[in-house]
Amino acid sequence: MSLSLADVEKVARLARLAMNEQEIQAAQTQLNSIFGLIAEMQAVDTTGIAPMSHAQDLAQRLRQDVVTETNQREAFQAIAPQVEQGLYLVPQVIE
Amino acid sequence: MIHSSLSQLGAALRAKKISSVELTQSYLDRIAQLNPQLNAYITLNPETSLAQARAADARIAAGKAEALTGIPFAQKDIFCAKGWLTTCGSKMLHNFVSPYDAHVISQFNNAGAVNLGKTNMDEFAMGSSNETSHYGPVKNPWDTARVPGGSSGGTAAAVAARLCAAATGTDTGGSIRQPAALCGISGLKPTYGVVSRYGMIAFASSLDQAGPMARSAEDLALMLNVMAGFDERDSTSLQRDKEDYARDLNKPLNGLRIGLPKEFFAEGLSGDVAQAIEAAISEYKKLGATIVPISLPNSKLSVPVYYVLAPAEASSNLSRFDGVRYGYRAPQYDDLADMYEKSRAQGFGAEVKRRIMIGTYVLSHGYYDAYYLQAQKIRRLIAQDFTEAYKQCDVIMGPTSPSTAFKLGEKGDDPVQMYLSDIYTIAVNLAGLPGMSIPCGFGANNMPVGLQIIGNYFDEARMLNVAHQFQLATDWHSRAPQL
Repeated sequence: MSLSLADVEKVARLARLAMNEQEIQAAQTQLNSIFGLIAEMQAVDTTGIAPMSHAQDLAQRLRQDVVTETNQREAFQAIAPQVEQGLYLVPQVIE
Repeated sequence: MIHSSLSQLGAALRAKKISSVELTQSYLDRIAQLNPQLNAYITLNPETSLAQARAADARIAAGKAEALTGIPFAQKDIFCAKGWLTTCGSKMLHNFVSPYDAHVISQFNNAGAVNLGKTNMDEFAMGSSNETSHYGPVKNPWDTARVPGGSSGGTAAAVAARLCAAATGTDTGGSIRQPAALCGISGLKPTYGVVSRYGMIAFASSLDQAGPMARSAEDLALMLNVMAGFDERDSTSLQRDKEDYARDLNKPLNGLRIGLPKEFFAEGLSGDVAQAIEAAISEYKKLGATIVPISLPNSKLSVPVYYVLAPAEASSNLSRFDGVRYGYRAPQYDDLADMYEKSRAQGFGAEVKRRIMIGTYVLSHGYYDAYYLQAQKIRRLIAQDFTEAYKQCDVIMGPTSPSTAFKLGEKGDDPVQMYLSDIYTIAVNLAGLPGMSIPCGFGANNMPVGLQIIGNYFDEARMLNVAHQFQLATDWHSRAPQL
């Protein structure tokens, strides 16, 4: 299979990456060459094989439901692109 | 001093033959002289480094020194270090001064080590040549027209060029072992879960693992003693008893069974690399090891499987970079969506965008079963191959990389060719096993060749023993590039 220009455009939108027409075309060629490599997988019979999502077969560790983080708002906001009165500023989203 | 081992440096510091300030200053001078041609470091903070050195000298004077106290190390720029610019090789984090320390950084700080600087790397650890760094490529100290490997290329070049005593790296698909091989140094990727990933900027969370890079196996053991250990802030950190990774260094190798996978010596391996690996295997026979032919039949699928799983995890991990709370924000935008899209388009480089797009596609509606789930199933087949192999052998050996260091720009236009340079290392990450690379000779154009040693789960001490015994019998690891 191969990705159409429309597929690539859709993926770029889902991934929140602004791309112009030229970039979409270049990405299409490269992604199709990478998916050519990935296609080798499809011929493998994996009937009855359980997917391996992780290197260790362990259950998630649980902890007490207590506060473990200290408030570091000032340190964190000191490196933000735009803050005002302790809030992160972004373009208006609600009219 | 620049050729001294970590234990020699530690002893000299504790005997007050040299101070940490003198040692740190001598490395800073060497970096000032040689880094402009190698580009191994992204960030230096001489005042901070020297302040740490003064504190180490006070600690030594107070008789409270540990093994690594006062020794200057470099840190891969993927580790958040409080007060240090931490870029991960990306424009996206060009202004990110970390407000906290990664677990690995805290461990070095607690040991009284000095942080010399942050080393260059492929952007977000995505690359095998260090050419994807926003801060320019690193040059291989053995031949500055060639790549150092990646993604921990800055670390590998800094260690090889003696621009630090040793340094840290991370390995998602070979990013410690391949640059170690290409720069003629030693590097170890521990078993997944042995070193905490807290504060290590995430690429592919089910594969990422930090490890030491140094000039000898003995040095790696001392560093792993400091880096390893349980940390509740990483949900995948393993609760295990503390180990001394240097405990078995001096054991003889009589009776060691070395598995040689036939797939690692097939088509695609350069003749010069094959020759050096065969010579290393002969050396191991002299040291008392026996050779067991084995097969890892599914290992050939590790590259396609990796290029589904790693980008899928990366597309999710990198969604946090949106220009809101930290990092790069585009100067001009229309609305919120436009701000996200432009900040990410301008902040990420081409390879990172490519992998985010692969990941987004394979996780999108209608394709999940065909790609992501199928890749996870084959991942299990690859891991099972190793389980079968370890019924017959104690360690597995082979080449780390199919060729020695290639020229800068040689594979730049062809991502697939670049991806195939990790063909021998990726299966180890998929299985979660420990792997290492040690220097074992030189190939064409006098470039270093790395021998890969793959161990069973939690077998780091044995692997370090196997590597150390080779380094007692050979001197490949003590060869240094002329600069």
